Amino acid sequence: MKNSEQTKRRNERYNEYVKSITPLSSTLKSLFHAFLIGGTICILGQLIAETYHFFLPDLDLKMVASYTSSTLITLAIILTGLGWYDIIARAGGAGAFLPITGFANAMSSASMEFKTEGLIFGTSVKLFSVVGPVVVNGIVWSTIAGLVRLLWSVIF
Amino acid sequence: MEKILCKAKNMLRTDTINPVIENKSLSPKKQTISFNNPVYIVSSMSVVGQKEGKGPLKDYFDIVYLDDKLKEKTFEKAETIMLKKSIDGAIKKSGLEFTELDCMIGGDLLNQITSSQYVAREYSVPFLGVYSACSTMTESLILGSILIDGGYFNNVVCSTCSHFATAERQFRYPLEYGCQRPPYAQWTVTGAGSMVLSSKDNGDNIKIKQATLGKVIDFGTSDLNNMGAAMAPAACDTLVALFTETNTRPEDYDFIITGDLGKLGSDILRELIREKGFNLGKNYHDCGCLIFDITQKCYQGGSGAGCSATVVGSFILDKLKKGEIKNVAYLATGALMSSQSCYQGETIPCISHAVIIERC
Repeated sequence: MKNSEQTKRRNERYNEYVKSITPLSSTLKSLFHAFLIGGTICILGQLIAETYHFFLPDLDLKMVASYTSSTLITLAIILTGLGWYDIIARAGGAGAFLPITGFANAMSSASMEFKTEGLIFGTSVKLFSVVGPVVVNGIVWSTIAGLVRLLWSVIF
Repeated sequence: MEKILCKAKNMLRTDTINPVIENKSLSPKKQTISFNNPVYIVSSMSVVGQKEGKGPLKDYFDIVYLDDKLKEKTFEKAETIMLKKSIDGAIKKSGLEFTELDCMIGGDLLNQITSSQYVAREYSVPFLGVYSACSTMTESLILGSILIDGGYFNNVVCSTCSHFATAERQFRYPLEYGCQRPPYAQWTVTGAGSMVLSSKDNGDNIKIKQATLGKVIDFGTSDLNNMGAAMAPAACDTLVALFTETNTRPEDYDFIITGDLGKLGSDILRELIREKGFNLGKNYHDCGCLIFDITQKCYQGGSGAGCSATVVGSFILDKLKKGEIKNVAYLATGALMSSQSCYQGETIPCISHAVIIERC
């Protein structure tokens, strides 16, 4: 018993020491990079939307938004295939991860990676291996939000 | 009649219960073994990938592949071919025939050590597959030395390999997935290293003199990216055992070289061992720090089973051959977690085995 207590204390001391000397990335720098990359992707999206709006003036705004998303997704997948998106993401962090392009990169990179195990056991099984949590959380939280709204309308 | 039977039973009992074993050299407390019969390292071969081939040790490696996939369908296949090249090369350099080979010992980082198994099926030689994560090379060398020292075998080839792409896929994310790594992460070395051990010397006179078997040490770290911090206590434990049991000091070795602690891990090791009363001076190096340049953006340095195997097999053995250094304490360090265990809340157990290589 005493021994395990000692080990616990030793481990705590060691982990504190490790924490004190482990170099961390600077928050300000990361924020700035994320802003730069994320902002660029947003500007690009706006540019694409404006272009669609200019050439297809009859299209309603909702459709323009879907067209823009699809274009951004296609671009991100092409960049992933060329092996450039991970370089952008390494610099941009959340700036490259949060927009829809990040989701496209996560799915396409998984499908590329596991292609070697075949279409069924590789690509199909592992396609959502990275984005799975995003999809699951999206469904769970939107269900909860829907239920809350339903309850709200019933009570009041 | 009964009496006789009873007597016979008692005789049997005393014979089986109290077998007389007296071997004082096998003290259970000791981790270090000294080999009585000479075990020579007669040749070695280091095969590396593109990134390693641009590093500071590029001139020492035997083969540098510019394409990490070797034009194969999968990275796993490329890793297997690299390993085979290094084994073939090492055997060729040693001047031995394939028929003279008695045993192969090896392992790698993939599940079920597939790379090594697939290479082993190409040779009709007895094979021992070992897994000790990144310390596989020293474990193989120790086992090989024991087999030769015991007189069971004459020529044993020890090998290991790792590949950045296959390790990434098994332990982390898809290659093209854009994620940021913390500055304390390490970069898995793409490379394969083999050494041929023999009971007969070929003129180089490089011997494995002693070996210290490591214990599994866990200091409760659980960050998968911070391998250096997880492995440093294991290296420290083995080093202290080596120094105390052989009655040596760090200054007695021309080189003390750890496997893949990286910059951060080496700093931690220096600090840990200072607390135990030993000081690691300028003779201490880490393969992970040697193999990559600071400009190559590899964070804290290289890691992986291939890291120490290729560096020791090329750079260090070269220095020994030229006589620039006389003895080396080589400790490869391994983190023994799986990609699931850490998500299940387990901490990272680590191990470090050491061999003393000497030129006489």
